[in-house]
Amino acid sequence: MDRPGQSRTIASSRSGALLRRTGAAALSIVLVLWGAATLSFLAFRVLPGDPVSVMLGPQAQVSEAVKAGIRADLGLDRPIWQQYLSMLGDLLHGDLGMSYQLRMPVSEVIGRQLGATLQLTAVALAIAVLLALAGVLIARRPFARGLLAAGELIVLSSPVFWIGLLLLTVFAFGLGWFPVAGSRTGAGLVLPAVTLALPVAALLGQVLRDGVEAAERQPWALTVRARGADHTRLTLRHTLRHGSIGALTLSAYLIGSLLGGAVLVETVFARPGLGRVTLAAITGRDLPVVTGIILFSALVFVIVNTLVELAAPFLDPRLRTSATAVDEAAPARPEARR
Amino acid sequence: MRLLRRLLLALAVLVLAAVVLAALAPGLLAAADPVQTHVRDALLPPGPGHPFGTDQSGRDVYARVVHGAGRSLGIGVLATGLALVVGLVLGSLAGVSPRPVDAALMRTNDVLMAFPEFLLALVVVAILGPGAANVAIGVTLAAIPVYVRLARAQTQVLRRAEHVEAARILGVGAFTAFRRHVAPGVLGALSVLATIGLGSSILAAAGLSFLGLGPTEPSPEWGLMLAGGRNVLGQAWWIAVFPGLAITLTVLAATFLGRTLRARAEGRRP
Amino acid sequence: MSGSASGRSALSAPEPAPRPALRVDGLRIGIDGRVLVDDVSFAVAPGECVALVGESGAGKSLTVRALLGLLPEHADVSADTLEVDGVDARRLVARGWRTLRGARIALVSQDALVSLDPLRRIGAEVAEPLEIHGSLSRAGRAARVRELLVDVAMPDPERRARQRPHELSGGLRQRALIASALAADPAVLIADEPTTALDATVQARVLALLRRIADDGTAVVFVSHDMAAVRRIADRVVVLRDGRVIEHGPAAELLAAPRDAYTRELVLASSRTPRTPPAGDAPVLATVTGVGKSFDRPVLRDASFVLRGGRTLGVVGESGSGKTTLARILLGVERADTGAVAWAAGVRPRIQLVHQNPLGAFDPRWTIGRSLREALAAGGVPRGRRAPRAAALLGEVGLDPALADRRPAALSGGQRQRAAIARALAADPEVLVLDEPVSALDATVRARILALLDGLQRDRGLTMLLVSHDLGVIASVADDLLVMQDGAIVEQGRAAQVLDAPQHPFTRELLAASIFESSP
Repeated sequence: MDRPGQSRTIASSRSGALLRRTGAAALSIVLVLWGAATLSFLAFRVLPGDPVSVMLGPQAQVSEAVKAGIRADLGLDRPIWQQYLSMLGDLLHGDLGMSYQLRMPVSEVIGRQLGATLQLTAVALAIAVLLALAGVLIARRPFARGLLAAGELIVLSSPVFWIGLLLLTVFAFGLGWFPVAGSRTGAGLVLPAVTLALPVAALLGQVLRDGVEAAERQPWALTVRARGADHTRLTLRHTLRHGSIGALTLSAYLIGSLLGGAVLVETVFARPGLGRVTLAAITGRDLPVVTGIILFSALVFVIVNTLVELAAPFLDPRLRTSATAVDEAAPARPEARR
Repeated sequence: MRLLRRLLLALAVLVLAAVVLAALAPGLLAAADPVQTHVRDALLPPGPGHPFGTDQSGRDVYARVVHGAGRSLGIGVLATGLALVVGLVLGSLAGVSPRPVDAALMRTNDVLMAFPEFLLALVVVAILGPGAANVAIGVTLAAIPVYVRLARAQTQVLRRAEHVEAARILGVGAFTAFRRHVAPGVLGALSVLATIGLGSSILAAAGLSFLGLGPTEPSPEWGLMLAGGRNVLGQAWWIAVFPGLAITLTVLAATFLGRTLRARAEGRRP
Repeated sequence: MSGSASGRSALSAPEPAPRPALRVDGLRIGIDGRVLVDDVSFAVAPGECVALVGESGAGKSLTVRALLGLLPEHADVSADTLEVDGVDARRLVARGWRTLRGARIALVSQDALVSLDPLRRIGAEVAEPLEIHGSLSRAGRAARVRELLVDVAMPDPERRARQRPHELSGGLRQRALIASALAADPAVLIADEPTTALDATVQARVLALLRRIADDGTAVVFVSHDMAAVRRIADRVVVLRDGRVIEHGPAAELLAAPRDAYTRELVLASSRTPRTPPAGDAPVLATVTGVGKSFDRPVLRDASFVLRGGRTLGVVGESGSGKTTLARILLGVERADTGAVAWAAGVRPRIQLVHQNPLGAFDPRWTIGRSLREALAAGGVPRGRRAPRAAALLGEVGLDPALADRRPAALSGGQRQRAAIARALAADPEVLVLDEPVSALDATVRARILALLDGLQRDRGLTMLLVSHDLGVIASVADDLLVMQDGAIVEQGRAAQVLDAPQHPFTRELLAASIFESSP
């Protein structure tokens, strides 16, 4: 049986396990960032064509001397390994380099536009979560659920930028309820946020509902009903928690969806933000900015993933006793999951 | 309910057939020239002669939608097909490899899978630069991880499955057992996934084109048409709406078909 | 065929009779036009334990659901009487049923691991009926939870209440489930196969708990297919078959002298006849010395025994005892970490396996015939002779050769098991290893499969190694016996001797927990 000393050792081994997991998580963050930085570095160096010429564009009539000067300026004439090491060194200081086009530090370029994108993404996420929860709680009978599932399928099959254009046509140009453009007012945030929220809400709602439905088919759900519980109690106290586990493992993918969607939505609604920066950098072949954005996305991703991995045992206590993460907790795209 | 499902399935097949037809023989469905400009007929609303209206350059939107099917469907099929083959090979190899190799491969794959396809394709295009070819490469690469994971999971499950072990105990050779009992299941699952994945690839390609990173004017690519329509949205909603509708219907039909096939394969009632 | 006496007279006692806690007359359940339960009637008095027995498909689960008002919406239910603790439940709608469930009638299901919400603490699960029906404060509920856990003999109740189901052993989990059912003090407790997922020793304790609950005044409905368990705790027995009551009566009478032929078959199947040992000594086929195996933890330790040709060696133990690993090492599928298996012939003879799960052991997409032909091909039978050999094999195991064209899913459990045996025989083995070959089968089917194995052994001179957790099964087929616990062989010898005079305490415990007696 149990001895008094045992509970203490169990507690300390639990916090030891938590420490180890946090350490492993931090390590994986560093590894992924290093991997992303190295891959980007290699990818750009491997590509054919002289970056300076690409940067200046095909029309530029510039002499070789000037080009050489620019090359030296940007440090592109040094040996590869030197460039690599100095890039890594800069990264450790948080220095992402200098934008070719804008002559500004990349971190500043990203930092300036980050706020607008964050605002949009945060509001969209909140709306999406609310919509998804509402869907789960309100739709109980198979007919309502089937209807909701159909709606989700349609939303997920539609390009998010088309949804935005449709909403603009109907609500801005048509009914005039919302401004066509402009990011100053709160009203200008509504349509973009709703547009961005819809695919995320559809996906989240789908996963949540699937989880809840699967939970309702479990034997323990029968036990709960046999105690005299009504549907609300069954959902709120029992099945929702089970359904959320599935949704949690999808967090990284949802964040990715939000980021990608933000680029598209900002373009549709002509809003400032990282979308604009990314597009300009891609079309202008502004490699440092592109690299900076890739690294930034990788950072966001790996942080979200790590948080989810750390949080999973709290949500599902069955994971606590085993050291290995459950296979189902690995991130996966929705279609493949199901 | 059953009847409704059957009806919807028939509709989905019909839509896909129409898109395939538009892709292979657009001239059969649309007489007008998608590229020729008629400036005097610019921005006409949908009506007789122009069921979807005309755009800023007077081109018939319906004809452009029909001719754009080839591009959108083409890239989707190409990306899906290539990704499926590569994914099958990589995933099966991982499934039969020793644990460290398998673990390393799958860890990388898991990281890639956390990104939505559009984002992955965007990264590839960011590195390679804009252009129709690069969009194709990006969408293909972005689609691979899903197939790798499924192929490997299926291979693992089936390898360890009791009926495979039973065959081995009976004396059936390892490779023969794999070929007879494992491979058919894996191929089946992958094919079903491909039908669903077709939709994701089409959406990713359309998104990149919308951003201007894909084919350039005057190509009648659906995503590109949406971008063009955005500029005159207030005056001519039809330029953006109809290509978007085409994308939605195609992806919807493919995904619905794929899900039905999967439900059938798993033995559930679709 | 209905019971010998008319339905009511056996149930109603002479005046004055206590009002039954549960009374159902003429229960009829139909789904999609098919009548699945027809004219089922019985009553349970407070303090009484009535067993509802029958094999799969008899209608037990549907009846249980009807008593709780939990049948699917499209089901067609009617009854002349349905009284739960004095409340007429026939016309109740959802809200009405919810006031009954938990408060007047409660359910204990099979396997608490899946019957309790795995994410919630035990204490919360036990307290839920109190939250739904009671008016206690939070502190009051906590006190009552503790009281209930003590009642079901849960050791260290405060600590256990804070744990989750997967942290408890099977027996403790089942107790927690029972505690949660009793929380709101219902008059009727339905126990639906409550001990099927448990090991034999644990089963006995949980059954004793249920008996005590009945003695304390609750009316207990005990649903089971296990006659041995029924024998232990039931006062009266109602036998169901195909949705009808075949026979009913006081437990002792019915089990000792069943009137109906089907009941007799059921009772017979559960009483094991110890095997008459064959005369003489048999040649040694294999000597196993000091075999051990570890996965992440030691699974098998220092196993030493002798396998004799032409006889059946039974290996009995609970889950995790290492018996399956031992069998797999003999098969050659696993390799031992320590020790050796020395075959008399120098090399491993032809040895085949009959899996525990025949559904999993066949490729689901192939027909039985094709799987058999594959086995024959692997055994070296030339192409032309495979089909007739396959048909012969099917005949040998008592199957219609026409079944060769069916897929495994289209066969019944018993047929699948026979097909699995046929496939194992296809390679013409000298040794047959059987891993829990009958545990998933109904009692009557079980008896027939065991008889088949007996016949095959005699006809083919097979040596058999049969692994099971069920001592009753082992006792009826084994000549020699290995008793395993926690990876070690704790006792071995001639089956008759071991069962007559067990030396090791674990063997004694196993014996006490499994009921069997000589044939009537």
